[in-house]
Amino acid sequence: MRYPHDIPSSEITPKSLYLSRRELIAGTAAMLAGTTALTGGSAHAAPLAAAKSPLSTDEPQTRRADAVSYNNFYEFGTDKADPEKNAGSLKTSPWNVKIDGLVEKPGTYAYDDIVKPSGLEERIYRLRCVEAWSMVIPWIGFPLADLLKRVEPKSNAKFVAFETLVRPEEMPGQRGLLQALPWPYVEGLRLDEAMHPLTILAVGMYGETLPNQCGAPIRLVVPWKYGYKSIKSIVRISLVEKQPPTSWSLQNPSEYGFFSNVNPAVDHPRWSQASERRIGEGTGLFQKRRPTLMFNGYAEQVASLYTGMDLRVNH
Amino acid sequence: MAAAPNSTVRSMFERFRQRGARPTLYIVGMMPAAWTLYLALSDRLGADPAKVLERTLGLWSLRFLVIGLAITPLRRLGGPNLILYRRAIGLLAFFYAALHVVVYVWLDQTLDFSAIWQDIIKRPYITVGLLAFLILIPLAVTSHNAMLRRMGGQAWQKLHRWVYLAAAAAALHFVMLVKAWPAEPLIYAAMVAILLLWRVWDRFIDAPRREQQRRTRAPSQQRGQGTSATKVASRDGR
Repeated sequence: MRYPHDIPSSEITPKSLYLSRRELIAGTAAMLAGTTALTGGSAHAAPLAAAKSPLSTDEPQTRRADAVSYNNFYEFGTDKADPEKNAGSLKTSPWNVKIDGLVEKPGTYAYDDIVKPSGLEERIYRLRCVEAWSMVIPWIGFPLADLLKRVEPKSNAKFVAFETLVRPEEMPGQRGLLQALPWPYVEGLRLDEAMHPLTILAVGMYGETLPNQCGAPIRLVVPWKYGYKSIKSIVRISLVEKQPPTSWSLQNPSEYGFFSNVNPAVDHPRWSQASERRIGEGTGLFQKRRPTLMFNGYAEQVASLYTGMDLRVNH
Repeated sequence: MAAAPNSTVRSMFERFRQRGARPTLYIVGMMPAAWTLYLALSDRLGADPAKVLERTLGLWSLRFLVIGLAITPLRRLGGPNLILYRRAIGLLAFFYAALHVVVYVWLDQTLDFSAIWQDIIKRPYITVGLLAFLILIPLAVTSHNAMLRRMGGQAWQKLHRWVYLAAAAAALHFVMLVKAWPAEPLIYAAMVAILLLWRVWDRFIDAPRREQQRRTRAPSQQRGQGTSATKVASRDGR
């Protein structure tokens, strides 16, 4: 008998082989389970190449399994597990994004026309949910500024408004008697926030295209703001002059503001924002709490956007 | 006079109802806690196991409160009489509420008592939830027969009516802690509201009407009847 360190690495099953074996097993299981399993949330995930970025954090990343199974995407249900269960039915191809409002080049752009002209980068960002939990996610995307420059905002454009898909036949949260929010889900950024180099449109995560439950095929990621600002499955981007409405502040104006910057000093009425539970940190039930950082730790890059503003009023 | 097999079965059933049913109910009632804890310890509660455990325990407490509140309306509307099991159900509600609080204090807030105090004074859903739990404590403490006898049926009944407020607070706690308007907390709030409104209707609208009917129909047969409260208490007391 040989000790483990005596086994030459050539005898160890190469990753590509065991992965393909797993795919075979998973594929067979899916076939046995019927067609619903075949359209499961992450079934469409395809590998995606991306360049490294100096804007990435080197903190330990959240397990992919956690990041794709613990989601707030109310179009697919209000439970954290609902999006993974229900998002499989979403058709993300073909996908068009309407870009309108105060731009020189308005139009309905196909997914490829939006994504192809930009080089994809991996951006490993902290994600802080308003519910006081956090993750570290390796996104793949490109700066929103790239796209905005291409469509040429007019000089009177001051804000960018975003809209999520409304397709009740594929989004169970948009059907039925009790619906959690008015649809479409809308979000917005000030133009300078939208143009900030940290702000990206993500099309992938963990080296693959986005799973449906994480906002496929294209979503916003604004790492210094609470998660709900990072709108998913975008179908419309409008450049506007006035501050646009945003879903959560429409739903409850006293609890959610337009800016929604991560701020440990300004509590949400229902959650202290002073600390957070980093998903997967600690062992099992005994998760740790860590202090929440101003602007989710991106103060150095973004604090200057808010010079002179009272962040308690403009929360 | 040999007992017919039919009546043997019936007496066995009766003995189970008297002796075995409540222990069985406790065991079955604790299953969801045991199962959830098992899933948690074997890392099968997903990304945020402490949160799922906390929510599940709270939800079961509310479920037992709803079941407990449904027992009297069920009997009065012609359903089975489950009054024998009501205290066990109430105790299960308390058991789950206590575990829910333990998970909140220990696993969620990691024993940070200053943060917990801030939660209590600043966050209404925590305040309301704590109120519900605090009400359940004296009810659980006075739940056994010796205490019932010592207090007397009427006083005991009066104290235990506080469960109405506890259930309302628990349902409100659930509605307040979620974002937006998901269906589940609203369904529980509606159930609690219906069960409490039924009591208001029964006491202030239906009871006077029944009394009126009894007086007009059989004035000679009127007997000194105990209030429904003492009836319930004495029946429950066995």
